[in-house]
Amino acid sequence: MEIDLGTQMNFDYSETQQMVATSAKEFAEQNIRPHVMKWDESQEFPIEVFKKAGEMGFMGVLVPEEYGGSGLGYHEYIAIIEEIAKVDPSIGLSLAAHNSLCTNHILTFGNEEQKRKWLPKLATAEWIGAWGLTEHNTGSDAGGMNTTAVKDGDDWIINGAKNFITHGKSGDIAVVIVRTGEKGDSHGMTAFAIEMGTPGFSSGKKEDKLGMRASETAELVFDNCRVPDANRLGEVGDGFVQAMKVLDGGRISIGALSLGIAKGAYEAALKYSKERVQFGKPISSFQGISFKLADMATEIEASELLLHKAAFLKNTNRKVTTIGAMGKMYASEVCVKVANDAVQIHGGYGYTKDFPVEKFYRDSKLCTIGEGTTEIQKLVISRNILK
Amino acid sequence: MKILVCISHVPDTTSKINFTEGDTKFDTNGVQFVINPNDEFGLTRAMWFKEKQGANVTVVNVGGPETEPTLRKALAIGADEAIRVNAEATDGAFVAKQLAKVAQDGGYDLIIAGRESIDYNGGMVPGMLATLTDANFVNTCIGLEVEGNEATAVREIDGGKETIQTSLPLVIGGQKGLVEESDLRIPNMRGIMMARKKQLTIVEPADASNETKAVKFEKPAPKGAVKLVSPDNLDELVSLLHNEAKVI
Ligand SMILES: Cc1cc2nc3c(=O)[nH]c(=O)nc-3n(C[C@H](O)[C@H](O)[C@H](O)COP(=O)(O)OP(=O)(O)OC[C@H]3O[C@@H](n4cnc5c(N)ncnc54)[C@H](O)[C@@H]3O)c2cc1C
Repeated sequence: MEIDLGTQMNFDYSETQQMVATSAKEFAEQNIRPHVMKWDESQEFPIEVFKKAGEMGFMGVLVPEEYGGSGLGYHEYIAIIEEIAKVDPSIGLSLAAHNSLCTNHILTFGNEEQKRKWLPKLATAEWIGAWGLTEHNTGSDAGGMNTTAVKDGDDWIINGAKNFITHGKSGDIAVVIVRTGEKGDSHGMTAFAIEMGTPGFSSGKKEDKLGMRASETAELVFDNCRVPDANRLGEVGDGFVQAMKVLDGGRISIGALSLGIAKGAYEAALKYSKERVQFGKPISSFQGISFKLADMATEIEASELLLHKAAFLKNTNRKVTTIGAMGKMYASEVCVKVANDAVQIHGGYGYTKDFPVEKFYRDSKLCTIGEGTTEIQKLVISRNILK
Repeated sequence: MKILVCISHVPDTTSKINFTEGDTKFDTNGVQFVINPNDEFGLTRAMWFKEKQGANVTVVNVGGPETEPTLRKALAIGADEAIRVNAEATDGAFVAKQLAKVAQDGGYDLIIAGRESIDYNGGMVPGMLATLTDANFVNTCIGLEVEGNEATAVREIDGGKETIQTSLPLVIGGQKGLVEESDLRIPNMRGIMMARKKQLTIVEPADASNETKAVKFEKPAPKGAVKLVSPDNLDELVSLLHNEAKVI
């Protein structure tokens, strides 16, 4: 039967989106897969992979072509992060942080001169980007931050430290949100782009982590760091509001990261369940296992729909705060559960480094924490639906 | 130099192969399609001629609309334009005649085809195409240089190589060796976006008949289960290889 397309919602990837996903998959298979466990073990941040990702156009996915980017939208962005995360979530996390946080902050709130200056470098991975909101004492309560910027002539003097910053050591530029007004005032914070090498700006301790070990997480330290006013992004006092908007989009990428992890773990479990024989049958023939697989498949499908709906709203410039938070929360909780069940399906082998689910299990947990914990997503969602 | 690269749209090597309609038709359900690997080596070599010698590269496929993503991938890799002959690729003679028409209309100096497609493994198209277009022909080609009107091609011969001096127009049946696997290109985002704007021309098929017709396909016997033999038990291994596998 021919159906009038005007009466349909389209859930298919376009040919271009399919091609983007295939390229990301092939890229990951060639350049990431062979090294995953080595990077995980040594907790090495493989900067050369990001340079190659830059040549592919994965480091400026959302950046328009006029600034050296790929000029793609959020559906393609999800596809890229997802395919990379299926192979190595920690590379997916770094891509997400570089694209959504640092680069997108400059793209969305930078002036023309700032965009021309920094975006072409970031979009090609000539520079790696970092983004600092979190501090040692302020994570979920980021608005309570203690790092300050004080105006001094045409410059600002920044003092304090940012914690848990992706690319805190290897980044060439960091967008940081610091306090320029009263504590507790959501309009008392301002964003600055600060280049590595600026006197008074250094990186501190690199975290030794449970998972996502190839993604570098480190401290940024500011000791009387003098930053010209030309590096200010947007208006004085707008930094926190900007950060919340940046996170609206960023959450879609953490959702995509979660989706990739869930699919990677599920596919491994599905395959293993058909190969592993116990009591004379493949374990997939036991309902205890097959029902787990059914739940996994369903929850993955639901995550995917939620995230692509958020992407659709974002692409069409509509408010995405609630649905983005839902997508991030749901997909991240699903990926933790799926990774957990995938280990269970592998039994003892799943607990060893010979099977990929061991790493998915460790990597997955970041997703319910980074860019706002599950509890904070619930706060965002409930506030919005009760408005 | 004008280059025509013939692109076959074939199932990914990891696809599960099934047949329908009483084992007379290949079941495309759920199958992922890719550029035929032999053609991809050729396309990548053509990219080299484009970048180093300013060649213009057209890709062509005989097939229905479902093959367009494969052509567009070739455009994303860097081909300048694409032609699709709107007909089902049934037998080798039919396909060769369609390609010959495209080749003659376009006046290409070099036609790069794959030695064979990895789906039906016919291996006849490049030879027929050379005959139909009155061009020189080198099969199982693993190396190609072109200087002006002269071409130096390297052929694989069982266990060795043969270097051939010939001239354009030339058809080659290419394979791995033209470039290596590590030279193959993954389309980058810019290439994918540019491919959307490149010309993909659809031409109607020339009048041509099939010379053969597939009446039945059979799959190889399914692989048996794996037998593990302990390293201490060489006698058992030898006996299994001799009596069961019958390979020694
Ligand atoms: C690998 C990694 C990479 C990161 N990358 C970056 C980065 O690039 N840039 C950046 O700025 N930050 C980054 N972060 C920081 C991350 O965003 C924070 O860790 C996160 O926001 C949580 O903050 P916290 O760790 O201080 O936890 P806390 O805020 O101390 O939370 C502790 C617990 O209390 C709960 N909680 C807090 N408040 C409430 C509440 N009101 N109601 C209910 N429960 C609550 C939380 O949900 C959590 O369970 C990264 C973190 C990690 C682990």
